[in-house]
Amino acid sequence: MTAVLETEPVTTAQPVGEPIGERRDRKRPLLPIIYWVVIGITLIPILVMIIYSFNNTPTNRITFQWHGFTFYWYANLTQVSGLGQSFLVSIEIAVLAAIISIAVGVPLAMALERHRFALRGPLSAVVFADIAAPSIVVGAASLSFFLSAGVPLGYLTILLVHVTFCIAYVVVVIRARLSGMGHVLEEAAGDLGANPLTAFSRVTLPLLLPGMLAGAALALAMSIDDYVITSFVAGPTVTFPLFVYGAAKVGLPPQVLCFGTIIFLVALLIALLNAVVTRRGRAAR
Amino acid sequence: MTAVVQTAPLGRAPLDFKEGGFRRNLKRHSTPYLLGLVGMAWLLILFVIPLISGLAVSLMSGNPQDGYTFTWNWSVYSDIFVNSDVPYVTFLIRGLVYAASATIVTIIVGFPLAYFIAFRVSRRWKNALLLLVTLSFFVSFVIRTDMWAFVLSDQGPVLTVLRDLHLASKDFHILGTAGAVIGGLAYNDLAFMVLPIYVALERIDPRLIEASADLYGNKTNTFMRTILPLTRSGIFAGVLLVFIDCAGDPVNASLLGGTHTYVIGQAIQDAYLTNQQYNVAAALSTILMIVLGIILFAYARIVGTDNIEDLV
Repeated sequence: MTAVLETEPVTTAQPVGEPIGERRDRKRPLLPIIYWVVIGITLIPILVMIIYSFNNTPTNRITFQWHGFTFYWYANLTQVSGLGQSFLVSIEIAVLAAIISIAVGVPLAMALERHRFALRGPLSAVVFADIAAPSIVVGAASLSFFLSAGVPLGYLTILLVHVTFCIAYVVVVIRARLSGMGHVLEEAAGDLGANPLTAFSRVTLPLLLPGMLAGAALALAMSIDDYVITSFVAGPTVTFPLFVYGAAKVGLPPQVLCFGTIIFLVALLIALLNAVVTRRGRAAR
Repeated sequence: MTAVVQTAPLGRAPLDFKEGGFRRNLKRHSTPYLLGLVGMAWLLILFVIPLISGLAVSLMSGNPQDGYTFTWNWSVYSDIFVNSDVPYVTFLIRGLVYAASATIVTIIVGFPLAYFIAFRVSRRWKNALLLLVTLSFFVSFVIRTDMWAFVLSDQGPVLTVLRDLHLASKDFHILGTAGAVIGGLAYNDLAFMVLPIYVALERIDPRLIEASADLYGNKTNTFMRTILPLTRSGIFAGVLLVFIDCAGDPVNASLLGGTHTYVIGQAIQDAYLTNQQYNVAAALSTILMIVLGIILFAYARIVGTDNIEDLV
């Protein structure tokens, strides 16, 4: 025993809580190099997209030749027929899908996280399967269903299917939030004479708001970006990813890169705002 | 004040449960169903039933002109495997091989990334470095994949430079090869691997690593015997997400590949949307799901998983 105790001071030179191996950082630059090289590679498509959205190409297709800097494509975003329309359709469906999936998913998450009931296990499995199932299978299955049921394909079927996969993401986000929250505050509200509805609207809902925003943002992102599932159930309706996929076969119009850049910047802005808000929230506590 | 404190426990649920009687009991038990009613109905009608109806459609017979009727036509499955003019089995195996390769690439590339962020970076920079890993998700999937096709095309900068340096011959292509498709899949899903591994690494108690050092484990030993086993569930979650997503994906193979990289995802899409062979497409998608299920189940049994659900 004493031998073990004696060696202790030598081996605990690293205080607990400090990043492990920080002392060796300068000697072993391999990990940071790998990290930055990989990140550099993943940034290539983003940089290419942003840069070439400003390329003054003579034709209406992106080319590698650099023809000078221009804002022309941004000024003429809707010049390509169908592109602007498809973008609006995508935004509309994404917003609706986010709202509906929050409205449906939050109570479902509460049922799953706060109550024990017979269907809890199977229901959790279905939610998990909804996230894990390959898009191509979900898309094909949804199309089979709509064809069998005689539902005409289009805007409505896209929305229904988007809400279906968004619900699963909302449930996961909200359940994580609920399990971190505990029941203490709601019970306190009950103890102070609030009925369940009041307790929900005055205590649970405000506490859940950040989670709901995060869930809605995730649903929005998933919906606006979905190509595979949508390709099955779209019918004559064209969403932004469907338009891009169709155009990619013959060469993208530069405006597609403009829309891509705009989506990228908006998403980045939201992520940074979220980071700032959470950091401030943490500091305030 | 004391009165309030004293009456407080009476409002608590556990007491209600004992004293509440039938009506209270009924209310208690129906609450989760009332809460989850719409969600359950939605998932049942638009997720569970469609998966079953996919199976039903695969058992239909008919043709695109005359429509399809349900006839318990199991032969569609044997046709796919045995006497098909189209080599569907090849497409299926190819899709699975590409997905497995891409998954391995994401583990090899993703693990060092997650390890770096978890152990080598001070707390305040972790979120920023994680954000950088997920940054490509902020660009539309189809656009970012097509940007690779743009960069790697025969006239693109990569091949132009390689040719100028005489490192590549004139008939060397990147697009249309299996490597391009696998690279695209791995690129698109890298974050799905990094994030769960990162979560698992973060959960490791630093004292365990110290203990390993105290017990004279060198760095390799510590990594192989302590860190790697403790991240098993994270890797499993990553494999689950990446492998499933890649196995059915038609986009990478279609934008970055060529005729020799045609995979099951494209086959399902084309059978359904181009050739309108609904029964064949539904059968292919059912086969894909069953095969994926078997592979992942076997993998889970061999590698073992603990608490994967809370990582996903």
